[in-house]
Amino acid sequence: MTISQQGRLDDKTYAELREIAGRYPESRSGLLPMLHLVQSVEGSVTPAGIEACADVLGLTAAEVSAVATFYTMYKRHRVGDFHVGVCTNTLCAVMGGDAIYQRLTEHLEVGPDEVAPKRQGDQYTVSVEHIECNAACDYAPVAMVNWEFLDNQTPDGLVRTVEALRAGHPVASTRGPKIRTWRQAERVLAGFEDGLEHEGPAAGPASLAGLALCGAGSDGERSEADGFEARSARTSTTGPERSEADGFEARSARTSTTGPEVEVRGAPATSLEAPESGRAPGSPEADPGQSGPTHEEREIDDEMRDEDA
Amino acid sequence: MNTELLPVLTANWGDERAWTLGAYRARGGYEALEKARGMEPEDVVEAVKASGLRGRGGAGFPTGMKWGFLPPLDEGPAAGKPRYLVVNADESEPGTCKDIPLMMASPHTLIEGVAISAHAIRAQHAFIYLRGEVLHVYRRLLAAAREAREAGLLGDLEVIVHAGAGAYICGEETALLDSLEGRRGQPRLRPPFPAVAGLYASPTVINNAESIATVPAIIKNGADWFAGLGTEKSNGVGIFSLSGHVTRPGQYEAPLGITLRELLDLAGGVRAGHELKFWTPGGSSTPLFTAEHLDVPLDFESVSAAGSMLGTRALQIFDETVCVVRAVLRWTEFYKHESCGKCTPCREGTYWLAQVLARLEKGQGSEADLDLLLDQCDNILGRSFCALGDGATSPITSSIKYFRQEYVDHLARGGCPFDLAASTAWASSGFGARKLAPQPPQAPPVEVRALASLETKATEEDR
Repeated sequence: MTISQQGRLDDKTYAELREIAGRYPESRSGLLPMLHLVQSVEGSVTPAGIEACADVLGLTAAEVSAVATFYTMYKRHRVGDFHVGVCTNTLCAVMGGDAIYQRLTEHLEVGPDEVAPKRQGDQYTVSVEHIECNAACDYAPVAMVNWEFLDNQTPDGLVRTVEALRAGHPVASTRGPKIRTWRQAERVLAGFEDGLEHEGPAAGPASLAGLALCGAGSDGERSEADGFEARSARTSTTGPERSEADGFEARSARTSTTGPEVEVRGAPATSLEAPESGRAPGSPEADPGQSGPTHEEREIDDEMRDEDA
Repeated sequence: MNTELLPVLTANWGDERAWTLGAYRARGGYEALEKARGMEPEDVVEAVKASGLRGRGGAGFPTGMKWGFLPPLDEGPAAGKPRYLVVNADESEPGTCKDIPLMMASPHTLIEGVAISAHAIRAQHAFIYLRGEVLHVYRRLLAAAREAREAGLLGDLEVIVHAGAGAYICGEETALLDSLEGRRGQPRLRPPFPAVAGLYASPTVINNAESIATVPAIIKNGADWFAGLGTEKSNGVGIFSLSGHVTRPGQYEAPLGITLRELLDLAGGVRAGHELKFWTPGGSSTPLFTAEHLDVPLDFESVSAAGSMLGTRALQIFDETVCVVRAVLRWTEFYKHESCGKCTPCREGTYWLAQVLARLEKGQGSEADLDLLLDQCDNILGRSFCALGDGATSPITSSIKYFRQEYVDHLARGGCPFDLAASTAWASSGFGARKLAPQPPQAPPVEVRALASLETKATEEDR
């Protein structure tokens, strides 16, 4: 991909940094997306990346550093291929975000922003941080992986998702595409499109909750089995979003994990963990589209492996 | 058919591929732009003024009036300077989750609003500043701006979709401008206001994403239509976001003035077997309400008269299983983390608020600490550089006002009396709210990690 931390960034990266700066009436406005590009190339904001931004914008390295250290998305150390953020702001925290964060960090044996060790057989690395409100409160508790939404999480569900990611299985965001690597995500944030805008639904079920009451194409109730994943995977949903039975508790034990190894098992309903006995509507296997990696998923998967190599 | 709700911005969210130009145009999208282009820019400004649209980002300042503050193009200090339109899509206020689903489902609504608004204020450059932590929304916005440009809908207008990098303070409009100029996001002293000296010290209009996205509907349906909705001084529709302990959380678009009682009826009520304890009318920076405020009309004036603020209509619902001290402590830690450090009352004040609250939450300290907290709040509110500091005091002062005894209970008990498991999304509805948590399936580790201490404590007490 590019050269070491001490060295100068390659010419292609310099050209792209100049391209970003050129989008704005005043070039310095490009600094935030330029730092996103640096992260996609270097894996973090490195001294070489700071020098490159300073070069292109005619700033000192200190001026660029001052900006880079202000924003939480810029990392001074490498994060994992899949960087997991668990919302622990008040609403998500009380809805279970604290339990999710605790469970995940214990499972991975890491602290904030630390990368879990790559075990034998792991394709990818993961890291965890606690994040602030990510504007998805109607899907609480929420986690993000590489800044893609994972709505309505549970402790066990997120651990399974993370294990699927480590193993190299494709995982779809609940409202977005199959999740790509952190570096690929950072490249998009630099303003370079990746062509995935047509993946995922227009809106998740909670986004449509009010609309569903207004008779937009209301043609009868949905069955209990027609649950979250199935609904969010479609874009044409217009009917009433929930039957009576599909209420508060049913929102709990969902997982966005796909892939053959995903399985949902039972646990005591009164524990900090999710009740997994009544498996949530819309389990992975309920949706034919998620019963295993599709051709397209395998392609993305291969692509990610290529990048890693 | 429901009569209280009125989907306008949300109406097309369920459409097939709603985010595409084709789907948006199939619903009449960009017809308002065509209509606006046939109007004099000043007439578009007048229409927005006449509609009574007030800023949807929290403060509620009249949008058209904000546009009217721009200095003349051809005389005075701003003569010859370009004008800029900046959309504040940095949605980060805890509880607020309306702009993100709007831009994910129908980015063209915002792009059309940008094109009309830029025409109205005679801007050739528009920026959409989106928080960076929502990758798929950024994709959709980038693609929508490209589609609109390629379809020739934008004319000479340059629309730049810009991703932030994680800083709540950038939702403050002048901090956003500094950030958009490639600097640390810290608020600016006002005056000069952005209308006079904003982006690159040029005249700049900066509005919330929902405000700008509402403009096409106003132009299309007429200012009178919009002004006829809502209440006398709070016109039109807005998106109300219900989250937390509610049966069907989600987005409910309705005329301003609807009450939480009505919204809860629509959303299936507080989750089964539980009752409302406290809620925020407009995000964590707006003072808490309780069940006694269920019938307050959710418009700017009524909410203000009842002691809070309409804010962003972020209705976070908490039932009786939630410890208000824990909730407020967590928000306070957020403000401490997000304080930009520019001014002393906020930088130091939020730090000390968190310290004192953390002690109270553990059941340590004394009742005098409550007065200390109120005194600290008094030294932050109105004395900080921007609204972040003010907002930090809201949950504290309001929670002490309504739930003082709960703080005292923590002191009396030497800790939090609540079962942390009972408030989770997966707690069963009949679950005893005040019981301690049963043994979890896995023993917690001996070391206590930062931010994971709450659950650990509950389980330790259980042994």
